[in-house]
Amino acid sequence: MSDSGHNSQHTNGPSLWPIGFAIGVACLLLGLVISWIVAAIGVVLAVAFGLLWARDVTRDVREEVPAIEPETRAVADAPSTTFVAAAAEEPLPAYTRSRFLEATTLGLGAAIGAVVTLPVLGFTVLPSFTNVDEHDADLGPIDNFPEGEYVIASYLSNPKAGEVSRRTAFVRNNGLTDGGEPSFTILYSRCVHLGCPVQPNGPIDEQARKEVDGVELRPVLAQSFGCPCHGGLYDSEGNRRAGPPVRSLDRYTYSIKNGRLVLNELYAVGNVSGTGASAQISRYPWSTPGTHVDGIEAWLYPIVPSQVTG
Amino acid sequence: MAKRSKRQQLVETAVLAPLDWIDERTAAVKGTKWFLFRNVPRDVSWMQTLGSAALTAFIVQALTGGILAMYYEPSASINPVTGKPVAYSSIQAITSDLTLGWLVRGMHRWGASVFIILLFLHMGRVFLFGAYKYPRELTWITGVLILATGMLMGFTGYLLPWDQTAYWASAVGINLNGTAPFLGPWLAQFLAGGPEIGPETLPKFYAMHMLLIPGLLIPLIGIHIYLVTRLGVTSPPWSSEAAGRERPPVEPTGARAGLVRGSGGD
Repeated sequence: MSDSGHNSQHTNGPSLWPIGFAIGVACLLLGLVISWIVAAIGVVLAVAFGLLWARDVTRDVREEVPAIEPETRAVADAPSTTFVAAAAEEPLPAYTRSRFLEATTLGLGAAIGAVVTLPVLGFTVLPSFTNVDEHDADLGPIDNFPEGEYVIASYLSNPKAGEVSRRTAFVRNNGLTDGGEPSFTILYSRCVHLGCPVQPNGPIDEQARKEVDGVELRPVLAQSFGCPCHGGLYDSEGNRRAGPPVRSLDRYTYSIKNGRLVLNELYAVGNVSGTGASAQISRYPWSTPGTHVDGIEAWLYPIVPSQVTG
Repeated sequence: MAKRSKRQQLVETAVLAPLDWIDERTAAVKGTKWFLFRNVPRDVSWMQTLGSAALTAFIVQALTGGILAMYYEPSASINPVTGKPVAYSSIQAITSDLTLGWLVRGMHRWGASVFIILLFLHMGRVFLFGAYKYPRELTWITGVLILATGMLMGFTGYLLPWDQTAYWASAVGINLNGTAPFLGPWLAQFLAGGPEIGPETLPKFYAMHMLLIPGLLIPLIGIHIYLVTRLGVTSPPWSSEAAGRERPPVEPTGARAGLVRGSGGD
């Protein structure tokens, strides 16, 4: 495919419009089987390309071919005058049958390739981003959570998936807010550095261990949380105190149904000021550990998956 | 050969004739000669064998990996007999129950490290000998791609034992990818098959480790070896013997003329 061949297309060689016309007809036939909309698109394509084709083919008959002035073409087509001189001397190659067949074969191959590849690519990528809603988790009666004390709750976030979905939350009953509403601080155990399991820094009261409807509850005396992997340290509100984490520990939204504590969804926390029931939490959509949610670094993560998948 | 002994005749009919038959149709003998019987510089040393050593390590990985796949089950669900995840149980069975399983798994597990170490040694040799220079730039580039693909093999293979080390190391690895700007969180979610590691993650990593990445790595190795065969082995920098070919003199044109020393440009 030399450039000269390409440039000759606007002379009176056979045109490419029949390909579009054929696609239109194929689309029409397909539409007769599938749906009227596809058929209508096929009709539009076939008519449009058919007209263009007819116009191309009858150009000679309809009007006299104007004598082409090399200078005029130089302005229109090519900035280089040497090229025009060469092009004027060479016989203009016609759009041959073999070139047509070559283009058709390549085009058909590309179309088949696309038809096969696109769904496969979609199946490769999309399942990771669709139907990924967190399930609500019932942690049992709120009486199991003594006021002002953290309880390590271990539960299955998706019972159908089994043990692999086991998650750990640190739940503290803050008592009542000023408005008389019950208040909980519920931290997610995954370190917001790179996702290792954060541990409470304090003795676990194994004697008071409880198993309520498949949820394991263990009270712990902890005023801070530490990560064993890279030394991240958080205070009792989940704020970073030391180490590499880039934000505060993730938290859960929760609801209380029939006196039972239910975890809803995770969200990311920029910073927490105040404590317990009166804490001011800067809340952001959940994002991968290690990604900033506030400050100038958050500009690096303008759209995170949870904003799109809900 | 006017008079041939019976023995010669026998050899000819039994060995050479079939070879001729094959060569006439496939050029296999010619190709093998082209591939194996090459001229190499007189002063090559053990240093030039690191590439072949890496290739050998890869072949060991491919064979042992193929055999391990006959016994390994990439499932995160719980095996009702052992009460442990199926994948972990199958690794335990390979290591302690199946005859010689410990050996093959050990070869694969340690061979992985050997492969990566050899890749780096080979890369260092090529770098220090200047063997990446003209005309072997593409060999270097394919080599870098092989290194990256090889490390992807390491990353995806590490999760498969499905023990605590594998799980948390992969969680950290996935989240490390997640910290890349802009598309990082999307990449992490794609790798884990969801917001976090779940039941889909293990078979996904297994498929990548077993099928997709080898499908990338093996053609890359093929291209790399083709280029090595085509361009020949470099002699060491201290060699008096020239290897390969000289870069043809640059013919300066236009603006470049003044940039080429001794080109006559003013």
